[in-house]
Amino acid sequence: MSNSVIEVPPKGGFSFDLCKRNEMLAKKGLNPPSFRKTGTTIVGLIFQDGVILGADTRATEGPIVCDKNCEKIHYMAPNIYCCGAGTAADTEAVTDMVSSQLQLHRYHTGRESRVVTALTLLKKHLFNYQGYVSAALVLGGVDVTGPHLHTIYPHGSTDTLPFATMGSGSLAAMAVFESKYKEGLTRNEGIELVTEAICSGIFNDLGSGSNVDVCVITKAGKEYLRNHLQPNPRTYTSSKGYSFPKKTGVGKSCLLLQFTDKRFQPVHDLTIGVELGARMISIDDKPVGLQIWDTAGQESFRPITRSYYRGALLVGL
Amino acid sequence: MDLNMHLNAPHSMGTTIIGVTYNGGVVLGADSRTSTGMYVANRASDKITQLTDNVYVCRSGSAADSQVVSDYVRYFLHQHTIQLGQPATVKVAAYLVRLLSYNNKNILETGLIVGGWDKYEGGKIYGIPLGGTLIEQPFAIGGSGSSYLYGFFDQAWKEGMTKDEAEQLVVKAVSLAIARDGASGGVVCTVVINLEGVTRNFYPGDKLQLWHEELEPQNSLLDILNSPSPEPMNI
Repeated sequence: MSNSVIEVPPKGGFSFDLCKRNEMLAKKGLNPPSFRKTGTTIVGLIFQDGVILGADTRATEGPIVCDKNCEKIHYMAPNIYCCGAGTAADTEAVTDMVSSQLQLHRYHTGRESRVVTALTLLKKHLFNYQGYVSAALVLGGVDVTGPHLHTIYPHGSTDTLPFATMGSGSLAAMAVFESKYKEGLTRNEGIELVTEAICSGIFNDLGSGSNVDVCVITKAGKEYLRNHLQPNPRTYTSSKGYSFPKKTGVGKSCLLLQFTDKRFQPVHDLTIGVELGARMISIDDKPVGLQIWDTAGQESFRPITRSYYRGALLVGL
Repeated sequence: MDLNMHLNAPHSMGTTIIGVTYNGGVVLGADSRTSTGMYVANRASDKITQLTDNVYVCRSGSAADSQVVSDYVRYFLHQHTIQLGQPATVKVAAYLVRLLSYNNKNILETGLIVGGWDKYEGGKIYGIPLGGTLIEQPFAIGGSGSSYLYGFFDQAWKEGMTKDEAEQLVVKAVSLAIARDGASGGVVCTVVINLEGVTRNFYPGDKLQLWHEELEPQNSLLDILNSPSPEPMNI
């Protein structure tokens, strides 16, 4: 490509100048802030009555898991669902947008949406942005023409397949599918195979984890099995629950009363702010006056009580 | 991570695509592998796409770019057919593909082979490689696997073949390219277009002829362990 000297007026369409600038900056070492990605394992397969979609539930922000139970199976139409891998914001936004477009289309045509309609809308949008909208999708649904399953890549290419996997865990999941998939699976066999494939991604891929979501779509309707399997429960919670150290009601005012007045009062009102008690004691035959400040334990009095610590000769905890 | 980089690479069709004319029509052939970096994203893709009833196109290069170009051309040809009142000619289909490829050469990365049959010219093959040249040829090859077939076609191609000869030539060529090119694989798909209409054929990978040093598919570990090891190369 030759560098033209003449200034050409820009034609319509998306301008990728800032994308090029970002690439140049990255090469010089200035990296953009990390964003939330769904590392992910997403799968889909066609069984005898329709389509089953599956996904894990981990969302990552660089090396950190920022959401342990996110939803990656997005609604497109009552009979069409879409799993999304890649940048979480991109997959959510693009599936939301196309879902609205499909709704409008349903109003115009008066008919149930077709899977190829969703497919074309998604691929057109992604191709226009030349791969910068980082959304890799598994689209599945059942319409009048039967069950359909498609994969859509960020650059806008699509494939139509009987079983598909996408995301960082796609290799692990595809290994399961390639060895166990056959045509004409029953509903339970299909769900079991999808769960197995997602689990393979969860346990073997660092970008995928937590629970398994499954969505079964047939001519009769859809069944969204959120957290169908939870193979990673939290095992470190104590059965007795957690308690935090108490600062109120431990007996400070009681102690002061006993020391100054030599009497015991079982029920006290809550100390407000600070209370003063005084007593004369003799040390080495010299009379010494003690000023004892009883501070309130409640958090709300903390700013007041803090100022009484200064200049204290003794602190009792 | 290397693996992640490969999974996010643009979806490209390494590919071997072929178009051959014979006495009475054309035969188009292609493999079925779509790769993303080092991973095979789809091992059963259909690279021979219909543009009209009598014209098909073989796609290679970027999967997204070639799908979009063929979608647009199909749409334009549909309108053109309605306006014309009769089936579009292969030349018009090829011209439209060339128009899109040439005018968008900065952003597209796709090589296409348009082939079909019409009543004026009979069977015709047009090659439209990267850059958007249009060249009418008796046979055309494209894709990464085509590098291994130039010599083969120089020797094996002849004028006035029959339909079966042409189809056998295409299947043999694609299977030779699959044997040598890592980015081509899977099954061989052929489409025969002539006066009678269109016929699609499908040759699974394990039914193809074995070439030099290719082994029989082996299912038992005993066979694999007992097979002779390849001879060391003489330098």
